[in-house]
Amino acid sequence: MSSWVKSLIIGIVVIAALYVLNAMMSATGFFGVGVNDYQGRLLVFIAINIILATSLNLINGFTGQFSIGHAGFMAVGAYASAYFTNTYGEALVQSLAFLGDTGSTSVVLLIAVVIGAVVAALMGLIVGIPSLRLKGDYLAIVTLGFAEIIRIVILNIDAVGGATGYQVPGYANFLWIGIFTIITVVVIHNIVKSDTGRALISIREDELAAEAMGVNTTRYKVTSFVIGSAFAGIAGVLFAHYNKFLHTNDFQFIRSFEIIIMIVIGGMGSMTGAILGAIIVTLLPEILRQLPDIQLGATTFKFADLRLVIFALILILTMIVRPQGILGTAEIGTYLKRFRRADKNTGGLK
Amino acid sequence: MDTFVQQLINGLTIGSIYALIALGYTMVYGILRLINFAHGDIYMVGAYAGFMLAVALGFSGEPSAFGFAVTLIGAMAIAAAIGMAIERFAYRPVRKYSKMTTLITAIGMSLLIEYLFIFFFSPTPRSFPQLLPVGSVTLFGNATISTSQILIFVVSLLLMGLLQWIIFRTKMGKAMRAVSFNITSAKLMGINTDFVIAFTFALGSALAAAGGVLTAQYNPKIDPLMGIMTGLKAFVAAVLGGIGNIPGAVLGGLLIGAAETLVVGYGGYIGIPSTYRDAVAFAILIVVLLVRPAGLLGSNIQEKV
Repeated sequence: MSSWVKSLIIGIVVIAALYVLNAMMSATGFFGVGVNDYQGRLLVFIAINIILATSLNLINGFTGQFSIGHAGFMAVGAYASAYFTNTYGEALVQSLAFLGDTGSTSVVLLIAVVIGAVVAALMGLIVGIPSLRLKGDYLAIVTLGFAEIIRIVILNIDAVGGATGYQVPGYANFLWIGIFTIITVVVIHNIVKSDTGRALISIREDELAAEAMGVNTTRYKVTSFVIGSAFAGIAGVLFAHYNKFLHTNDFQFIRSFEIIIMIVIGGMGSMTGAILGAIIVTLLPEILRQLPDIQLGATTFKFADLRLVIFALILILTMIVRPQGILGTAEIGTYLKRFRRADKNTGGLK
Repeated sequence: MDTFVQQLINGLTIGSIYALIALGYTMVYGILRLINFAHGDIYMVGAYAGFMLAVALGFSGEPSAFGFAVTLIGAMAIAAAIGMAIERFAYRPVRKYSKMTTLITAIGMSLLIEYLFIFFFSPTPRSFPQLLPVGSVTLFGNATISTSQILIFVVSLLLMGLLQWIIFRTKMGKAMRAVSFNITSAKLMGINTDFVIAFTFALGSALAAAGGVLTAQYNPKIDPLMGIMTGLKAFVAAVLGGIGNIPGAVLGGLLIGAAETLVVGYGGYIGIPSTYRDAVAFAILIVVLLVRPAGLLGSNIQEKV
């Protein structure tokens, strides 16, 4: 079977699967099988976090540039697109009414995604060109500073709600969020595997050697920063149009830290690691919410209230026990292959 | 003119607090090249330790200098112990790993302290008791300086002097300077580097706790998340002055504090609304790092290949 047929089939299967998942999240479910609102919301947040983690992984994990301001670019994408949909969305949806309800909102969402990505990429360019001259800790601090300034500036723009928050029409459904998650993962995977990706990895391994081999390090660093910011912007657009409400408190630097934690837990410089990290960081606090209360004499210990404490403890312990993250720079596939090979060596016999 | 002097006094008050916290950041960075994100939370721990002590020992009823001194020193001691414990159990095991790992450990520690305090003390703010008699002195014109502001200036000056003495006049200080210069060589010369690092954390944490108690005298509302923004700005102050440089941290702290209040007071005239208060520190930081990355007083160290 030629490869494009294979990709086509995979594409169709994935979209069908997403469609079923999307249907499962509605009130009636997919032929009666469905997930509830809470689980659906978690799935969406996992997907958005995967976009954020893989895009930050391009900057931090593959290019080795220590950025801790990803939430700032997410905020730029979210607010820019939300301003667009709030101003022109309604009119556009009405003029596109011939496409049906879902069709017209989808078109508007796609335009919003393009706007969010472009504005976030521009912001990435503005922030990246001056800051990427710095290295290590200094770069980290400057990106953190820029992200905070972006947040405070947005907080002071009354047109996007300021301190009271900003209502956004809920055009994004799980189908679109899923499709964009897959697009992000595929695009970043392909960038990493391309010659651009080789150049980025060479900068991570040794910037001076890369420069000596003729890699234009500044250009590649800015490129990776801009691409990463654009995808963070897309995540912001999807978050805005799913959550239906924006507040700058959602984009504080703690949000950037969360994304860093995802890629560090999963393993810096590993695609599957970033995805795994995003899933773990989103689910863990929710799983810990189910912890039982323990009755000791007259006092009840609510372990569920300790969930964030436990989360922080797990984070510290992971760093002490496994500093390279769960996967290191390897991918899940590498482990599976090794496992299979080990199987073959024994000839299937124990 | 009067309001300008008034703004400057207020700014320098906040600036002294930033300076006290910045000293801890700068000392730890100087020795370990670690941005200790949990340091801002130690400042909060200090304020809470002071609060608990003052309430438990009954100093909240009648203000007295003795009560204040006991609270301040007690809070500093508790914070120093906690700082050493954090270093021993969280930072020492990851010291040999990459910068990213140590940084994430520091972030994890910061989250741990915040969530533990939210769990035990609830997120609602508490009111710190006034430990010294309240009053104010009118300077020339209409500018006034309150007793708590005088207290902040005097105590932070004393503590900074003490720190200067420890670092430049004692054997321990000499060891600290040696470790920050080159940790491997220091070890070869027979310095117990682990102990020196623990001592540095204790010193930094004690200063941050003093900052916490002093702030609480000026602005009595304390809550488990109060250390986040203040800590971040103090860190900016440390970078502004030149991270790893002790006079630089003090200068940076005072500058950030003054700039912040001046923007709140006069920013309106040049089109910067006072709500940009929190952005000022970061804007200064970015300009400084892009123009003079080593900070105002720092020396530019070329990274080795």
